[in-house]
Order: sequence, then structure tokens, then C-alpha cells
Amino acid sequence: MDRIFEQMPVVISSLNIGFIQTLKLFFVTLLGAFPLGLLIAFGSMSHFRPLSYFSKFVVWIIRGTPLMIQLLIIYYFPGLVLHNPVWGGGEAGRFLAASVSFILNYACYFSEIYRGGIQGVPVGQEEAGLVLGMTKSQIFFKVTLLQMIKRIVPPMSNEIITLVKDTSLARIIALQEIIWAGQAFMKGSHGISGAIWPLFFTAVYYLIFNGILTVLLGRLEKKLNYFR
Amino acid sequence: MSILEVEHISKSFNKTEALRDISFSLEKGQAVSIIGSSGSGKTTLLRCLNFLETPDKGIIRVNGETLFDADNPATRAESAIRKKRLHFGLVFQSFNLFPQYTALENVMLAKELLAKEQPDYKTRKKEIHAEIQSLSESLLSQMGLDNRKDSYPHQLSGGQCQRVAIARALALNPDILCFDEPTSALDPELTGEVLRVIKELADHDTTMVIVTHEMAFAKDVADHVIFMDGGSIVEQGDPVQIFENPAEERTQRFLGTG
Repeated sequence: MDRIFEQMPVVISSLNIGFIQTLKLFFVTLLGAFPLGLLIAFGSMSHFRPLSYFSKFVVWIIRGTPLMIQLLIIYYFPGLVLHNPVWGGGEAGRFLAASVSFILNYACYFSEIYRGGIQGVPVGQEEAGLVLGMTKSQIFFKVTLLQMIKRIVPPMSNEIITLVKDTSLARIIALQEIIWAGQAFMKGSHGISGAIWPLFFTAVYYLIFNGILTVLLGRLEKKLNYFR
Repeated sequence: MSILEVEHISKSFNKTEALRDISFSLEKGQAVSIIGSSGSGKTTLLRCLNFLETPDKGIIRVNGETLFDADNPATRAESAIRKKRLHFGLVFQSFNLFPQYTALENVMLAKELLAKEQPDYKTRKKEIHAEIQSLSESLLSQMGLDNRKDSYPHQLSGGQCQRVAIARALALNPDILCFDEPTSALDPELTGEVLRVIKELADHDTTMVIVTHEMAFAKDVADHVIFMDGGSIVEQGDPVQIFENPAEERTQRFLGTG
């Protein structure tokens, strides 16, 4: 126990650096997947058959295979198979490949949530807007948008909390996120070796961050509870 | 001159004929009731009048102006339809109030959005807003909803919701107000309050087209009754004649007077 207290300052500062990489991946994924998911949702709802089939095909592939495999393929395929290492070397290259994988993966899940939200607003809402002389865009922004947001917040919250934990999968391509940083103390890092507790301790970071997210998303959900 | 003239309207969905050769006219200040069993095309007819469906054939004229002519592509342009819809108001069976707005905001919203298109909107913003608000408040109080104007739809009873929906339609001052089975989604005890409001509108010479299953009400409120079956008008005429002495055997069967 004494040894843990001795090691604590070094470990914490190293884990903090790893967690910053975790957070970067988390926010970049959200930033990319929110709009891309909307595009895929519109694609799969399109009346233009080839586009809707293509969107649904992509969603099927991405949701039907493990994110870890997608990470490995996206990171290694260009360099090892095509001999064209598009991601570049080092941490920056790994981060880029991880971001692309996560954005694509999460956009597909988000697209299904958006689709449910959009199709869940009764058609009568749009018709009521039309007979009142509103334009399509007025109907979208003034009538249906908020009702969609209200519908997608609970399932989105679920996905966002899962994403926090899923970022740890980027360890598989050696992205230096918090799991990687914790594991490093087993082999030897900063003069500490053979310590497994830092790896276990990373769970506290996830737990606290998800605790904060749960409170914030819960507040948003409550805020939208003024109507039904 | 009739305020509304409908001539030879037909409409099919895939291969099903929903409306066949519908013609009728309506005088300003009069109310017409459309009765008939479910699936007879009553609702489709109202939806055509409000341009929620496009008829395959026929002409719709309001105040002598041809709003729709199936043979004239220019009248079918999407861009022109929005303004044409404003000649009509529509009260839905399921109210379709906007849940995120209060009763008052529901009544005001469309009028506020239209006001933004006025050239003097920017300079008279506050004034216009105040005008719309006072108009909307007086409509709600006319509907007996003085103390519910700040309630959200989920806090209101079905009858109150429907009265808000009527106020919302009236706010745009349509030439013709259409009702699509306005009491069919209501408990029997809430039906009366909505029918009373519609009757009052009729007494104040609001031009109305009312699709309803309430036969006593249809007879009481209307100046003219249309009986539809299988997408066609079987019989139309004076309410007393239709209800007490229908000429067609199909009408007699529907009304149980045969």
C-alpha cells in the first residue's frame, strides 16, 4: 500500500496524459459522427433507391462487425496490403486512423437513432404546418426539429456513454490513450515496473467522466420534459 | 357568386378510386355538412381542398379564382400552393397541435411567420407582434379558453385541444374553414363543448365544410348536406329534406330511415 502512495503522483500524471488522448478521440468522434450520421440517415430514407440501398449496406457492414476489427482494418489495410500508408507514422497517424474508424462506426449507430427520431414525429405535425401556410423549412425548424431532438436524446445518451468506454478499443492499434498509459507500468514506465494497479485505476477515470455525462444528459432530457 | 366551387374532382390512390366526379358549391356564410360511412371519401375531399392531396381531375375555385385545375399545370406548381392553402383552414380529427408550444403560441405561430413576409415587418415588429397576440387571445377567449392560454397541449383535455386547434385555424382568417370529424377522437362528454363552438361559428356566418358522424349536429348546423358513398356524392340538398325525406335508397339505408 505504501508503495502505491509513493507511485501515485507519477502514475496520475501519466494517466492524465493518456486520458487527454481518450477525451480527444471522444470529442472528435462526436463532432464527426453527429453530422455524418444525419447524412447517412437521410441517405437511408431517400426515395432514390441506389442511395438508400447503399446507405443501408454500409450500416449493415459497420453494425455487423466488431469495432476492433474495423480499427485494425482501417489502420493496417492501406499500409500492409496496398503498400500505401495513408495514415503516416507515429501517434498522429494512429489518432487519425482511430478517429476515422470511430466516426464511421458511430455515425452508423447515430443514423439509426436519427431515423427513428425523424420518423417518430407524427405526419400530422407537418400537415398542420402546411395547412397553416408554413414553408417546409419553417415546419422543420419551428415544429418538427425539437420533437425529434426530444425523441433522440435518451438513445443518444446511451450511445455517448458507450463511446466513452469504446475509446479504449483504440489501444489495439497502440493509440496512447489511458489504457495504454496504465498498461505501460506493467512493463516499465517512468521508473515503475511490474505494477498492475495503474491499469485497474483507469476505471476511475471512465467512471467519473461518465458520471458527469450522465448528469448533464439527464438535465437535457429533463429540460425537454416540459412537453410531450 | 359562390365562394367555393368544386367541379368534377376525382382522385385515385394506386388503383383505388377515392373520389369520383365530385361537384358542389358553397355560398359565403353557409355551412355544408358532409356525411357518409368511413371510407366514403369525405376526408380525402377535405384533404384535396387543403392541397394535402392533389386531385387527378377537376377544378377548385374560390371567389371565382381558379386555385386548381388538373388540366392547367401552372395551377399545380408547388410554390403557388402555399398561398392557396391560406384560403382554407383545416381542423383535424386528432387536433395536431404543436406539443412544444402553449395554447397561445400554437394560435400565434403561423401568423407570426406570415407577418415576417410583410415589407414593413422590420419597422413595425413590436406592433405586429402585439396585434397578433391580442387577436390570438381574443380567439382563445371566444373558444372559452381564457385561463388556459399558457397551458401546453398535454395539460389540456381533448375538447380544449380541439378548441385551441379551431382558434389556430381561425387566426389566419380563412375564407372557408374545414372540419375533419372534429369530435371523433373525443370522449362523448367532451363532444358537446366542441360542437357548441362550431355551432356558434355557424351562427356568426363562418363559411364551413364539416365532415362529421354526428348526424343530429350535421342537420342542425348545416345549410346544405352532402351524402357520400364509395367516393361519389349520392345525394345533396337541404338538411331537412336529406335527413327526413332522403330520395336515394342508399341514403335511407345509411340514415336508417328506409
